[in-house]
Amino acid sequence: MLQGSQSWKFLNEPVILSTGVVGGPFEAKGNLADDFDHLFSDIWLNESSFEKAQTRLMEEASYTALAKVNKKPEDMQFIFTGDLINQITTTSFACRTLSIPYFGLFGACSTSMEGLALASFVINYGGAEYVLTGTASHNAATERQFRYPVEYGFQNPPTAQWTVTGAGVAVVGKTGTGPVVTSATIGKVVDMGATDPYNMGAAMAPAAADTIEAHFTDFDVDPSYYDYIVTGDLGKVGLPLMKELLRQRGLMVTDEQCMDCGLLIYSNDQKEVQAGASGTGSSAVVVYGHLLERMKRQEIKKMLVVATGSLHSPLSYQQDETIPCIAHAVSVEMKGV
Amino acid sequence: MKKATQQTDQQRIYQEFAKKREPSPSIWKNCLKAFIFGGLICVIGQGLQNFFIYYFDFNEKTAGDPTVAVLIFIAVLLTGFGVYDKIAQFAGAGTAVPVTGFANAMASAAIDHRTEGYVLGVGGNMFKLAGPVIVFGTTAAFIIALIKTIWIQWGG
Repeated sequence: MLQGSQSWKFLNEPVILSTGVVGGPFEAKGNLADDFDHLFSDIWLNESSFEKAQTRLMEEASYTALAKVNKKPEDMQFIFTGDLINQITTTSFACRTLSIPYFGLFGACSTSMEGLALASFVINYGGAEYVLTGTASHNAATERQFRYPVEYGFQNPPTAQWTVTGAGVAVVGKTGTGPVVTSATIGKVVDMGATDPYNMGAAMAPAAADTIEAHFTDFDVDPSYYDYIVTGDLGKVGLPLMKELLRQRGLMVTDEQCMDCGLLIYSNDQKEVQAGASGTGSSAVVVYGHLLERMKRQEIKKMLVVATGSLHSPLSYQQDETIPCIAHAVSVEMKGV
Repeated sequence: MKKATQQTDQQRIYQEFAKKREPSPSIWKNCLKAFIFGGLICVIGQGLQNFFIYYFDFNEKTAGDPTVAVLIFIAVLLTGFGVYDKIAQFAGAGTAVPVTGFANAMASAAIDHRTEGYVLGVGGNMFKLAGPVIVFGTTAAFIIALIKTIWIQWGG
C-alpha cells in the first residue's frame, strides 16, 4: 500500500525466512567473523578472475540461504539482485547458474535494500510465494574497476573506504517464522555536489538523511519508533554527517540508535579499512548475517535499514561530474514471542 | 571543488559543512615518512651503485644502468608478492617518486589485467598508469629542447 509520497506499507508482512552470508579472508579477521555461514580463505575462491570469484560468492550465499529452508532454486519465483561491476555481469552470471526469473538491479551499494523492498512488495501482493534477494561485492574486482590496480602503491586518504568481499542473500516468503518486513521508503537521487570518490561517506550522507526524513514524514512517526537506524556504508566520515543533517531537520536521533554496517564489520586493528567498509556486500552481509541474528535473539525489535549507494562511475568522475547518491530504507521488525 | 562555480547554493553549503568535519591526512607526518622511505630507497640505490663500481667494471656514469635495473626488479618482485602496495600505504610519495614507483605502476597494471589475456589485457593496459608520465615527460622534454635550441640560436 502506498504510504505518503514515496513509501510502501506491507500489511501482509513478508517474512525473511533464511539468509546466506559468505565472506573472504579479510572479513574472517573482522569483528563479525562468527556471523558468516562460510568464509573463504583465498580472495580468488579458486577462480581464474576476481569477477568470477564474485559470481561464486553470490552463488554460494544463494545456495546457503536456500539450503537452510530446504528449498531449491526452482522453488523461487523471482530473484532481485545486482552488484557494482560493469553491466552487473557477475550477478547475471550467478543467475545463469541459479536459473531463477531474474530482475537485475543497479543501485550501487543501496542494491541490498532496493532488492529487499521490491522482493517484499512482490510477496506482499501475492506476486510470488518465495523470492530470493541479495547482493555480492568483491574487494579486488571493485578496486580495479573504480580505482587503481589491486597491487598499485597508492596511499589511501583517511576518508577512503574498504570494499567488502562477501555476499548476503535472503529468502523472502509469504508466511513462516523470522523477522518481517513492514515497510519501505524508496529514495530519490540526491546530489550535493561531492566530487571526491575517496570520500563516499560525505557524498552519501545527504541521500541517507533525505530518505530517512521521507520515511518518518510518510509514516508520521519519530525516530524513537526504531531501536536502531542502520545505514549501509557511510563509515566514520558519513555517519556523523548524517546524524547532524537529521538533527538539523528536527529528527532527534540518538548516537546509540544510529549504527553503520561499514563500521561494524571490521576490527580497529585492520588499518587498511580507513573510514570503514563499503560495497554492495557491506549492508547485505551485516544485515543478513549479523543484525537479523540479533533480531532472532530478541536483542533488536525494530530497525530501519538504510542502504546508501553512490551512483558515479570512473568515467563520470573523470568527466568532472559530481557524485549523485541514493538511499533506500526498509523497516524490519521481529514480531511475537 | 572542481565545479564550484556551477554548484547550487545548497550544494556549496553542504560541501563547506562536510569539509569542516572531514579528517585530513597529517601532512607533516606523511612528508616525514615519504622523506625517510624515499631517502632509504635512494640510499639502497647508492649502495648498489657503489657495489657495481667497486666489484664490477663500471664507472660512475655506467653504473646507473644496472642499479636502476636491480631497483626495478626488486619493486616488481614486491608488487607481485603483494607487498609494495602495503609499503606505499605507509610511505606514500616515498615509494611513488623513485623509479620503483614507476615499476610498480606498470607491474600492478600488468598483473591486474592478466585475466583479460596477454595482448588486450596485459599489453593494452600495462601503460594505463605509467603512460601519462611518458607522454607528458616526452612532451615537456621536447618543449624544453625547443626553447634551448632557440635560445642558443638567438643568443649565440
